[in-house]
Amino acid sequence: MSEMDKMPKKAPFSMQIDLSKFEKATEEEKRQQDVMSESTTFFKDSMRKLFKNPLAVFSIVVLVCIILLIIIAPKVVPYGYSEMLQVNGVRDKTAQNLAPMTYSEKELEYMEETGEKLFPHIFGTDELCRDYFIRVVYGTRVSLSVGLFASIIVLIIGVLYGSISGYAGGRVDLIMMRVVDIIYSLPDMLVMILLSVVLKEVMPDMPGLLGKLGSNMVAIFMVFGMLYWVGMARLIRGQILSVKENEYVLAARTIGAKPGRIIRRHILPNCLSVIIITTALQIPSAIFTESFLSFIGLGVQAPMPSLGSLANAARGGLNSYPYKLLFPALMICLIVLALNLLGDGLRDALDPKLRK
Amino acid sequence: MSRYVLKRVLLAIVTIFIITLITFFTMNAIPGGPFNSEKASSPEVRAALEKRYNLDKPLGEQYIIYMGNLFHGDLGISTKTGRDIAQTITESFAVSARLGGMAAVVAIFFGIVFGSIAALMRNKLPDRLIVFLSTLATAVPSFVLATLLLYMFCIRFKIFQVWTPEAPNYVLPVIALSLYPMAYITRLTKTSMLDVLNQDYVRTARAKGVMPWKVIFKHALRNALIPVITYVGPMLASILTGSMVIESIFTIGGLGSKFVTGINNRDYPMIMGTTIFLAVLMVVMNLVSDLVYKLVDPRINFD
Repeated sequence: MSEMDKMPKKAPFSMQIDLSKFEKATEEEKRQQDVMSESTTFFKDSMRKLFKNPLAVFSIVVLVCIILLIIIAPKVVPYGYSEMLQVNGVRDKTAQNLAPMTYSEKELEYMEETGEKLFPHIFGTDELCRDYFIRVVYGTRVSLSVGLFASIIVLIIGVLYGSISGYAGGRVDLIMMRVVDIIYSLPDMLVMILLSVVLKEVMPDMPGLLGKLGSNMVAIFMVFGMLYWVGMARLIRGQILSVKENEYVLAARTIGAKPGRIIRRHILPNCLSVIIITTALQIPSAIFTESFLSFIGLGVQAPMPSLGSLANAARGGLNSYPYKLLFPALMICLIVLALNLLGDGLRDALDPKLRK
Repeated sequence: MSRYVLKRVLLAIVTIFIITLITFFTMNAIPGGPFNSEKASSPEVRAALEKRYNLDKPLGEQYIIYMGNLFHGDLGISTKTGRDIAQTITESFAVSARLGGMAAVVAIFFGIVFGSIAALMRNKLPDRLIVFLSTLATAVPSFVLATLLLYMFCIRFKIFQVWTPEAPNYVLPVIALSLYPMAYITRLTKTSMLDVLNQDYVRTARAKGVMPWKVIFKHALRNALIPVITYVGPMLASILTGSMVIESIFTIGGLGSKFVTGINNRDYPMIMGTTIFLAVLMVVMNLVSDLVYKLVDPRINFD
């Protein structure tokens, strides 16, 4: 027995434990206590759960395919989304409303003459002799980026507002939440239409990336940001109200951490699952709204296509060219479906309690 | 309770007031006025017209005049057609309300039926089918659905005429309008029904030998419908505004189309009238559904 294990002399009526009655654990017994599995983080564990969900995996695959398509297709397909088809440098007027996978008369002539193979029009062409496939690809690009950016805007405003309101509490919270209540009960579609008309007309031409997107697109982002952050703000506030009662927040406050630091380091990481899930489910709703606005003619500026405006344009020739509606419509459905399923999967993986 | 009701009513009034403010000043911010498009009109005629509609006064004063008239129940007359706004709204709302009402009834009824079936036959074929279809239905935008229906049934197979108020020609717009809320209610009913079926009082009812149908209808369904009630208010609102697109696809002259043409014509009284009308409708519906929710479920406390 080493010096440390020796007991001091026991007092007669003391409750002190008599160490001599205990045995030391053998090496084998110690090994039984070893943790065999690798330690895992919360994030890793949820990702594992997510990848076990077949629907979520399916939707990730679909989304990756669509993203690859919209990145690669414009590089491979030799046509532009706004350019009318040309054969040998001359505008090809026979290439109007071609059916999928066909060539126009001039193109056939040209191919016979030179023996060169032209890139096929996978989805045909539209009434202005533009390649429809590349238009759908660009439309998908526009719709997806609207969904993504609009959701990011909603995320930023919602998280900032919600966390301030939830953390401050008291009168600040009361006033901030009344504002949210009012915006929440605005008829969103009416305000949306009104604001996008105004912003479209008032917005000056902007330089750089924003100018390239067109003022309509920026208007959509702004309107979306202005109206839809309230749902996020409410959720975040609710989360923060419950998280801030925890002891570790009290501890942080006791040692004098500033409110900003407490929110950033201690509270927000604990609200992360709610934030991720809500953002994921916000994207399809943004895409829906954008396509709705484009459909009634308030969305992106021509000649830039979006899935909604393509669907709207297809209505004119519905009788003769129904496939023109089908392609953008299928694309919207596919994206929204995949995002919805992914959002559901994320919710189940990150926070099973939220399942409703 | 009465404090809660008072608070909500006050909030509703503030909301409507803010909507009138937003609408009034944003619509005036749109470049162009109601009489700019008439090329033939001389400056004198235009000035006279603007004077008649009070457009020559400063914006703030115009707003006060408008609000004053509004409190007398006067929505003004259209700058485009010269017709009474209130009358136009009542006429076109009759069309929209009929369509929206039918869509709402269809959505609620079938949503509850399908949701209950899915919950009661959990993980069996009908449940999987219903879940699959309702997931699919939430991914189809209503305008795509409406256009496809129009193409299939009116153009291809000529089963229905495009739109007349007589049966059965409003079947297609009703389907297009009701599919999304129906899918949503189905999901809502299913989850809350599953929740209720696991409750102790359902088990007790079963244990004491209550007939299965009575357990389902009296004990389970009545409690499972509480969350559905909260959705009905917002749903009616979204059906009424969502009908804008459906109305334009099926060329139905409803309220939504009046709003959009109003904006295009810079028909200020029309924009204000339709917005206020719809806003009041929505705010009241949300209010009622929240109050009913609290009434049917005494467990919810009033804050």
